[in-house]
Amino acid sequence: MPWPARVFFVLLMGGASFVVWRSVTSGRLEQFDNPTSTVLVLALLFLVCESVPTQLSVRQAAISVSFSAALAAVVLVGPEGATLVTLTAVLSVRPGLSLVKRLFNTAQFAICAYAAGEAFLAAARAMPHQPKPEDFPEIIVPFAVSAGVYVVINFLFTATILRLAEGVGRGVVPLRGMAQFLVSYLGYATFGLLIASLWTTVQSISAVLVLLPLFVARWALGQYHAQQRSYDATIAALCQAVETKDYYTRGHCTRVSDASSRIAEEIGMGTERLSAIRYAGMLHDVGKLGVPTKVLQKDGDLTEEEFAAVQLHPMRGLEIVRGIDFLDEAFAGIMHHHEKYDGTGYPMGLAAGEIPEFARIISVADAWDSMTSDRAYRKAKSKDEALAELRRGSGTQFDPVMVTAFLRALDRHPWEPPPSVPPMPFDAVVEQVVKDHDDPTSPIQVVSER
Amino acid sequence: MTASRRDRSRSQGMSLDSGQWLLICAAGMLTVAGIAHTAATELIHSNVAIGFGALIAAGELARLTMPGNREVAPVSTAAALGYAVLLDVGNKPATHDALQVVAVVSAGMIAGALPHLAVGRPPRLDAIARRLISSSLLAFAFRPLAERLSPTTAGSNWWIALLVMAVLITAVLLVDVGIAAMLRAEVVRTAFPVAVRDEVRMVARLDAAVGASAALLALSAHSMGLTALLMFAAPLLVTQVAFRKYAGIRATYLQTVRALSRVTEVGGYVEPGHSRRVSHLSVAIGRELGMPEAELLELEYAALMHDIGQLSLSDPIPGGATVLTDPGQARRIAELGAEVIRKTGVLNQVAEIVRHQCDPVALTPPTASRIIKVANAYDDLVGGSTDRDRAAAALERLRLDGGDAYDPRIVEAMARVVDRLAPVSVL
Repeated sequence: MPWPARVFFVLLMGGASFVVWRSVTSGRLEQFDNPTSTVLVLALLFLVCESVPTQLSVRQAAISVSFSAALAAVVLVGPEGATLVTLTAVLSVRPGLSLVKRLFNTAQFAICAYAAGEAFLAAARAMPHQPKPEDFPEIIVPFAVSAGVYVVINFLFTATILRLAEGVGRGVVPLRGMAQFLVSYLGYATFGLLIASLWTTVQSISAVLVLLPLFVARWALGQYHAQQRSYDATIAALCQAVETKDYYTRGHCTRVSDASSRIAEEIGMGTERLSAIRYAGMLHDVGKLGVPTKVLQKDGDLTEEEFAAVQLHPMRGLEIVRGIDFLDEAFAGIMHHHEKYDGTGYPMGLAAGEIPEFARIISVADAWDSMTSDRAYRKAKSKDEALAELRRGSGTQFDPVMVTAFLRALDRHPWEPPPSVPPMPFDAVVEQVVKDHDDPTSPIQVVSER
Repeated sequence: MTASRRDRSRSQGMSLDSGQWLLICAAGMLTVAGIAHTAATELIHSNVAIGFGALIAAGELARLTMPGNREVAPVSTAAALGYAVLLDVGNKPATHDALQVVAVVSAGMIAGALPHLAVGRPPRLDAIARRLISSSLLAFAFRPLAERLSPTTAGSNWWIALLVMAVLITAVLLVDVGIAAMLRAEVVRTAFPVAVRDEVRMVARLDAAVGASAALLALSAHSMGLTALLMFAAPLLVTQVAFRKYAGIRATYLQTVRALSRVTEVGGYVEPGHSRRVSHLSVAIGRELGMPEAELLELEYAALMHDIGQLSLSDPIPGGATVLTDPGQARRIAELGAEVIRKTGVLNQVAEIVRHQCDPVALTPPTASRIIKVANAYDDLVGGSTDRDRAAAALERLRLDGGDAYDPRIVEAMARVVDRLAPVSVL
């Protein structure tokens, strides 16, 4: 840990110790009805919640449900009780949490809880007491104030330590992530209010009633993530199966998917569209199986009829995947990934802005991967050659915006070229495609039959 | 393809089994009785009733479809159950009777179904009827007790009330699961115990969340008054979002495997529609043999992908009929297909099924593999034809192979399935 972080950590520990000392000695806690048992039950609840963080939100940080328990404690046992409740965070059973992080969390929770408690009392302009049913609508505003104080302090502490200790700067957590954060906080605050409001009637059972749906939600989210991973693996395996026929294009679909999502990320697409283009990139060539092998293998110029068969493959691909519930944009991307920016592509000869955005992205990614991997008729081009080719095609074949975005993305994370394909084993049952239809450097030549 | 699927879903929506009709009629009669009664007397605590009705409508609006085409509306169900067990609102005892609960719930449900109807998504009548009936049952059981349990009257406390609520809500949800299983057993023709197990596995957790939220609503109405209506749904909403995501990916997964199973057809390796027909037939046989839903899903995936190994062959087998190719070749296709599926790293069970799809019975392959073998052979012989004579001839031929190549138990199960489904073109 660098020294500013150490200083901050020590300061925080000092602050927390002071708050805990105040809580124990002030005696304000005694003004609540049997505070000891309430604090104990809430502390247990806090510990349970803290031990199972629900990753409902952003990747960078997990908000745990313990926030609700702390806020409930603020209402039920005041700032002093809430501070004591949060101390159990130090005991939480979470794998991979070092002692320093644990101490840091505990200290910042304690300070947050104390401040939130004071804010609650100040906003409610009331002496500390356990709320009765008749207090109810009025309690909501002070509760919201105290939740706000908690969130702000919690966020400031976490952001500061991340910045000092790990150099995670500003602007890393995107705006969208922030919005998600706020919504989660709002939801958790509601749970806290629910627990607090039910405490007078059924005490700890209220926590069970509130948290049961949350734990079920957690289970469902876990299932969702497992299914999602399984789905991604399956779709990749099936696309690779489509490619096994052609020895040299193996892995093409995953690489195009990867490159497409890089471009999409670079031009700032949202999460949903990003995942759609990943799948579109993966599936863009499934229609190729519909092109007769003899056409793909033909050495030399294609007849018009044969070229028509090649031109049909985006439509065949679309026909296969149409039954899947993707965004419509993904279908458009598959259908038009061979359109050219100047309008000379296929199947519809769209130009410039008429070509769907997804297709313009996939087209760049597709050509890039074709050029930077080995083909039966040539070795892979070097990165610089391929880049030069992309620049040359920018404005005629490719959308200049997408090309520049891709160049920027390559600067950020260098491209791992696919491993060199070993010469084909002699007895292989696969075939060689003599001409790759994706390769912009060896365009398909068509001879007129008339 | 899209058109045929739409046709099928429409026929599923339209043709209702007798059990479903019974349920819908019962729900309809309840609705009429409830609304007539409430109109004749008068709405007690109308603002509470309207609040709950609105919440139920909102919950219906946000209904979702779980895997296996199960329609659920967690928020609406929880609100309906909560209204049935409501004891007081901010210390004012709730004195509405059971028929008023029925009236409010059905009014809310109808209001919530209207916007869906307007955009052409009619509700699943049996699902909506089930939701109405379960909350009505709870109301008829609980309302008579409400006055005695109400903590504002002397001599009772919240713990007893909560206990009664918990017991009754659990009982009602169990009855609901039972009805759902009965309907399902009838619709998909599976055994009742299997249907119960499937139903419990799919909805038990969601039901637990719904039941807890219903009790939460009744209790929080005591301390928060009508504000509770806005707050109680928060935990349940999180649950609903999570389940919606889960159901979404499950549906997409199945659609994707179905779609990509067609690449073998587009590539000319198999007859058009072969994978789809084999998977339909296999699943129907699996149901006939009482396989649970999780295994049926694996069976369906395996059946859809059973020919995927052919993609690794240089030339399509003419006509793609693997029943007529030599056994060595068929075994190699099965091996190659299993390899492809194994690469996913997650569908290992499916890979095993595909690997053993042409093993003779003597090697005791998994049941799913035997089913695919039989269904595949049948489809190779019959194809998309709906000719009954041709079907009978194919069955006869599979029977004559006599217990070594094809498992006689499965051939007989298929005979029953084919007999039942013969006039339907999906086979």
